[in-house]
Amino acid sequence: MQPTHLRLQIACLLLISIVLLVAGVVWGSIGINLLAGEFNKTILFDIRLPRSLGAYFAGALLGLAGGIAQSLFRNPLADPYLLGSASGALLGVGIMLCLATLNLPWVGALGLNGGAFIGALLGVLAALILAGGYRNSMRLLLSGVVISVILGAANSLFTFVRPDLYQSIQAFMLGNTTLLSWSAVTSMAITLLACLGGAVIFAPTLDALALGENTARTLGLPLDQLRLVLIGILALATGSAVAQTGLIAFIGLAAPHLVRTLSQGKQRSQLLLSAIAGGILLLASDLLARTLFAPIEIPIGIVTAILGGGYLLMLLGRNRLGMRP
Amino acid sequence: MKTHQLTVYRGPCAILNHLNLDIPAGKWTSIIGPNGAGKSSLLQGLARLLKYTGSITLDGHELTTLSQRDFAKKVAWLEQSSTAQGDFESSLNAYDTVMLGRLPHQSWLHLPSPSDHQSVERVMHQTHTWALRQRSIAELSGGERQRVLLARLLAVDAEVLLMDEPLANLDPPHQSDFLAWQRQLLVNNKTLVTVLHEIHIALRADHLIMLADGKLHFQGSSCDPQTHQALIALFDGRIRLERAGNDWVALPC
Repeated sequence: MQPTHLRLQIACLLLISIVLLVAGVVWGSIGINLLAGEFNKTILFDIRLPRSLGAYFAGALLGLAGGIAQSLFRNPLADPYLLGSASGALLGVGIMLCLATLNLPWVGALGLNGGAFIGALLGVLAALILAGGYRNSMRLLLSGVVISVILGAANSLFTFVRPDLYQSIQAFMLGNTTLLSWSAVTSMAITLLACLGGAVIFAPTLDALALGENTARTLGLPLDQLRLVLIGILALATGSAVAQTGLIAFIGLAAPHLVRTLSQGKQRSQLLLSAIAGGILLLASDLLARTLFAPIEIPIGIVTAILGGGYLLMLLGRNRLGMRP
Repeated sequence: MKTHQLTVYRGPCAILNHLNLDIPAGKWTSIIGPNGAGKSSLLQGLARLLKYTGSITLDGHELTTLSQRDFAKKVAWLEQSSTAQGDFESSLNAYDTVMLGRLPHQSWLHLPSPSDHQSVERVMHQTHTWALRQRSIAELSGGERQRVLLARLLAVDAEVLLMDEPLANLDPPHQSDFLAWQRQLLVNNKTLVTVLHEIHIALRADHLIMLADGKLHFQGSSCDPQTHQALIALFDGRIRLERAGNDWVALPC
């Protein structure tokens, strides 16, 4: 893979991103007419622009997290939610909703977003503790599954005891991009930059891991530390996206597969392209979610599941998932 | 490289016990022995991949005093191809795979320098893999992949090369090539250690280490008649050695 090749691919994908972003701002029940006054500007720049940008950044975070998860666990079915972050975030939201009636000042300050973020990180931490560390990928994967089941059960208990919260929790599970504010956009943009930076620096480690763990060790790579850093990036990216947009399905699983043939297995390209593809996928889904049955908006999670699932099925049909038969 | 009272562990079990080995610098040493004798474990111990007690010294320095990176520059290890993990992620192309051998020489950003590219090109020409450079290693044949992995090993440019069954999947002409590369490496004063099942190739080495049941059976120069006696005893007299020109061949009885 020539570097110019990669630059061209990135440029093309970024161009698609910009076109979609413009469409996201312009497209809607009220068309573009900048002369129409303050009301129109508010809709364009305080509602549609942050919503579109936010959806893009959340998708990029999920795409990046999915790319890291698939490479780190060397498993094409890995997604960002598999280490317990999704169920952790869900439980965090449930707890915050329960506490909301108590009028505690710190609950108000933290909000649902804060609760989801902390819950996601604690979910991953619990999986790490249960696995007795991060050295054994298989143990970590299994404990992630166990943590997801246990936290999921706790969450079911919540909705059983407090059926009034069911609807709010369900909404979080399906994902939501309608309430994205400029502050949410800023926080996701900062997280994305930091995570991308880390991913670009540590990507060659993932390349070396493709030769097997022992060979990677004899190449002088401090695998244990690097693995911990990558799990940290994975948790941070997932937590940050989930906190703002809920549990949007399938972006993290599908985005890395969409770009696998482009990156030709080189992790630095793979992770960068996964992030951009994730952003495009979520932004396009958001556009469809709000225009397909306008004025009714369908929950974004349903659109991403159908789009992402459909595309994966197509790739599977062409046997290009990157798995050797 | 020398070992003193080397005991190598795989998990809690000691695989090799109290080995005092002498691996001469700038020479080719072959480790041979029946299946399960601990040949691969010895190589992994020397590569610091397994826990060990006792001491391993390189040029008189204890291995444990070297940083991971410095060690990686001095000692390179080639995994046995049957145990090497190769799954969906290894769709790297051959060139990028060989470039991984340059990782110990690169700074923290791991951007390849022009000299890294030169080294990769040189070893790929040497191993006849240059034509394969754009191909994904997942789609190469066993022998082609083995040569790419050998090129990866050579790209490290280490003083000591530890090779676990380097001839796996190589056809006879490429086995001859392999011997030529070995001679070339010895001219450049590299220390070579191979685990080989092909006894006739192992006999081309300068020095033989014979293992049986995790213990040292014999070590000595490969052209010494005493070594030949020990070799026949190692395989319970089920092989015989015959002279063929300047070489020795092992034949079934």
